[in-house]
Amino acid sequence: MVMKRIIPCLDVRNGRVVKGVQFLNLQDSGDPVELATRYDAEGADELVFLDITAGIEHRDTALRMVEAVAKAVFIPFTVGGGIRRAEDADALLLAGCDKVAVNSAAVRRPELLTEIAHRFGSQCAVLAVDVWRTPEGYRVVVDAGRTWTEWKLEDWLDEAQRRGAGEVLLTSMDQDGSNGGYDLESLRIASRRLRVPLIASGGFGEARHALEAFRAGADAALVASALHTGGLTVRRLKAQLIQEGVEVRSC
Amino acid sequence: MIGILDYGCGNLRSLENALAFLGLASRRVATPEAIAGVDRLIQPGVGHFGHAMTQLRSRSLEAAVKAFAASGRPLLGICLGMQIMFEGSDEAPEVPGLSLLPGRFESFTDSTLKVPHMGWSLVEFGDRMGTAYFVHSYFLPEWNPGTPSQRLGIAQYGRPFVAAFRSSNLAGCQFHPEKSGTWGLGLLKELVTW
Repeated sequence: MVMKRIIPCLDVRNGRVVKGVQFLNLQDSGDPVELATRYDAEGADELVFLDITAGIEHRDTALRMVEAVAKAVFIPFTVGGGIRRAEDADALLLAGCDKVAVNSAAVRRPELLTEIAHRFGSQCAVLAVDVWRTPEGYRVVVDAGRTWTEWKLEDWLDEAQRRGAGEVLLTSMDQDGSNGGYDLESLRIASRRLRVPLIASGGFGEARHALEAFRAGADAALVASALHTGGLTVRRLKAQLIQEGVEVRSC
Repeated sequence: MIGILDYGCGNLRSLENALAFLGLASRRVATPEAIAGVDRLIQPGVGHFGHAMTQLRSRSLEAAVKAFAASGRPLLGICLGMQIMFEGSDEAPEVPGLSLLPGRFESFTDSTLKVPHMGWSLVEFGDRMGTAYFVHSYFLPEWNPGTPSQRLGIAQYGRPFVAAFRSSNLAGCQFHPEKSGTWGLGLLKELVTW
């Protein structure tokens, strides 16, 4: 039996967590290590860092952050953003993260998934997929939702799995930032398609949403703004899920 | 001094970080001489059973690890590092393991299960029950009844399997104690300080 996972997601720019983090009792609410430690203590099962730093400083700030987080937090964590070559993944994994997430770069060059999976194992190759809902089904987009691709969700998942993706982080652009719940239809489609774990992303606002995602086939729920703004803690979220009969790790 | 076996099978950084966090000194050991010079040895490992044994043999480390185990000093295997302490695995049926303990690893056959078994599962480990982080495709179905064990940890994934053990000076964890939160760190400390 594998427990359902709750995964806080932190957006990082220039080594600082961004997006209005408002924890109480934190000296410096933008410090990734401080926040990671806080989420770990609350019972987070994993962490995802999405590095949105642009430009050439990106690589070094990301590596420094990964090294610092890895010394302080002893749960698995994933880093995404700016990984275009297997060497980028190599550097991040050696710095101490457990998985790397690739998105646009994998759509442009699907061999990237194969390269990462061959070198480090599928278990650390996370494919992040962003989709918009259309009348003809879900369509994969890249560049933070700005660029449409030719891929239908189903076809891209088949291809990515064949290429060695070990886990899929599926974000509904329609629901992202809404706090109105995950897009359940895309999760159902993806979970029917996948033999690897599925992480639901985009739209979490309350415990009920995670429950719905798990029932739709997700193995894990990514949570962001609802946690960062201090209205909800991982501990409370998990307590609510346990009351609903969901098996989660309790701390 | 705790030695961490460096044989080209996976990232040692997380384990080093965890030991440092626990206040335990460690160093990487990559030669037979270095292995002989430590009080305790941790054998980590991620990847393929056959590859791991090839790495050990091509670096002439197999005899040194066996001699270390025979000396009675504590040896802890983690994940694939635990698997190669046994006789073999379906992952590489023709490749013998270190054979420090009897038993063979099998693959999960239940088609309704996602493989690898990745994520958090409950481990019953004597008085230390907890939830551990696993990433593995092969498992040890049962502890050899003829081999005495001080501690035995069992987890379930479609079926029960051996998740952790201590038998005399040999110990192993199929999961990653260095990635299993506070509970994992406590268990790691126990397995490297008894």
